[in-house]
Amino acid sequence: MSYVSAVGDGLVVAKRNLIKIKRVPDLLVFTTLQPIMFVLLFVYVFGGAIAVKGSNYNEFLIAGIFAQTVIFGSVITGAGMADDIQKGIIDRFRSLPMSPSAVLFGRTLSDVVNNVIVVIVMSLTGLAVGWRIRTSFLEALGGYLILLVFAYAFSWVMAMMGLLAPSPEVVNNAAFIIIFPLTFVANTFVPIVTLPGPLRTFAEWNPVSSVTQAARELFGNIPPHTPAPGWALQHPVTYTLIWSLAILVIFVPLTTRQFRRSVSR
Amino acid sequence: MTDAVIARGLVKHYGEVKALDGVDVSVPRGSVLGLLGPNGAGKTTVVRILATLLTPDHGSAEVAGIDVLKDPREVRRRIGLSGQYAAVDEYLTGFENLDMIGRLYHLGRKTSRQRARELLAQFRLEEAGDRMAKTYSGGMRRRLDLAGALVANPPVLFLDEPTTGLDPRGRTDMWEVIQALVAGGTSLLLTTQYLEEADVLADNIVVIDHGKVIAEGTADQLKAQVGGERLEITVADASELMAAGALLEPLGVGKAVLDEHRHCLSMPVSGGAMVLTDALRRLDAAHIVLDDVGLRRPTLDDVFLALTGHGVEHTDSSLTGAQTQGVPR
Repeated sequence: MSYVSAVGDGLVVAKRNLIKIKRVPDLLVFTTLQPIMFVLLFVYVFGGAIAVKGSNYNEFLIAGIFAQTVIFGSVITGAGMADDIQKGIIDRFRSLPMSPSAVLFGRTLSDVVNNVIVVIVMSLTGLAVGWRIRTSFLEALGGYLILLVFAYAFSWVMAMMGLLAPSPEVVNNAAFIIIFPLTFVANTFVPIVTLPGPLRTFAEWNPVSSVTQAARELFGNIPPHTPAPGWALQHPVTYTLIWSLAILVIFVPLTTRQFRRSVSR
Repeated sequence: MTDAVIARGLVKHYGEVKALDGVDVSVPRGSVLGLLGPNGAGKTTVVRILATLLTPDHGSAEVAGIDVLKDPREVRRRIGLSGQYAAVDEYLTGFENLDMIGRLYHLGRKTSRQRARELLAQFRLEEAGDRMAKTYSGGMRRRLDLAGALVANPPVLFLDEPTTGLDPRGRTDMWEVIQALVAGGTSLLLTTQYLEEADVLADNIVVIDHGKVIAEGTADQLKAQVGGERLEITVADASELMAAGALLEPLGVGKAVLDEHRHCLSMPVSGGAMVLTDALRRLDAAHIVLDDVGLRRPTLDDVFLALTGHGVEHTDSSLTGAQTQGVPR
């Protein structure tokens, strides 16, 4: 009974968060306009300046923008948690006979739905400016899945941050300080070989690189016989899944425990 | 018959600060307990413990016959909580807010919707029900929040400062709503900073300060300790204060208190406007010029003054402490 009600409660909370996408202007922009803008800016501003050996930069770029954008999507989870705490809504939830983890599952679940919309918008924009999927339907689906799985795991990290932060603004700022380096010191926008020593090593083992690499492979955006540096990028799907699983194993219990303790400030 | 709420020896620290220092409260079934105290007295902490949001460091509590610490989930099925800050989701409509809460109480889709509409009607939010709560006035948000606490018809209700921040109209509206609920048999624990509110709504009042219960009883019992209404005058010329005191002494039902610093006199009276008229006549006959005159009903400040010897805000208000002195006989 308790699992059934936990899932049901999670869906109720997720529905509530999704209703907001169309009503909160910031979220709507974040979900629809920003992805379009990113694809267009990177393709037309950097597209001409950066050359990738053996490939077309635009083709290389799209998976990187996908990865960065879905990871940024997890900030909604963190800021949303902090906002609910600040407004006293968490008190209300915690006084109801609902499953205690349902608020967290609902929150992260609505992020996935949000990211699905984001990825669709970006894909359509990408297709409009010449990006193509060159693999089978199933492989392409795998590419999207791996992006969503990693972003889902990452949203639990952000949920924890949301519970600890004193306000949604703090979550936004702190998240950007973490996510910008994480998504730029990677193979998202430039080939790793162009990076200087230590950054290059970091980028090779950065899970953002592996999720990008995995998506590129599965979309068929990497020319055949292109060597990838390091084990992580040679086995990007496995490496990404290990990271996602590890994050979930650590952060789901940790965040749930923190949630039980959190009260409105 | 067991009480709807029983709490014994609640102690709670926040770091170094002792928020509660052994608080006992009980709410007999079907009655209203007013938990009265200034900001920071520990009222909200008591409510949060009883509503299972916080765990006390020491002490025990039972709500609707169920142990709060052992079985919080069963307690949550039987309580409704409406907090100090209206916890409504402002981007959802009133209907969506209530429907969501119904679903989370596991009432089922149909019942949740039906209940949401019922409550919107009951709280005069029918017309606003399909608008985002963002567009609601403060009073409407509070009513929606209170409606949220009632979705599952809980036998025990906790209202944490339900009228703080509302304008007088909103406050009286809220009082009517609460009185109707209580008439329906709900057991209610209500916190407030206003004696007047506790007076209107509560059967029993517990006064807390610095995390301790400092008095309890009915509103009348507490007022008896404070001394009912008071006549207050401020004379224009401080040298006439003693004379005014002597003139008015026979009208009082207790000792007058003079404050030379502020040129004012305060004295317990009974008889309302009649006494006021009489006082004015006497002072006028003696050509004593007044800056201010009035009848004042006891406030929380007076209760605190009477019970603890200090005012609510612990400021050096000149009516308290050393500067006051009795009228010599």
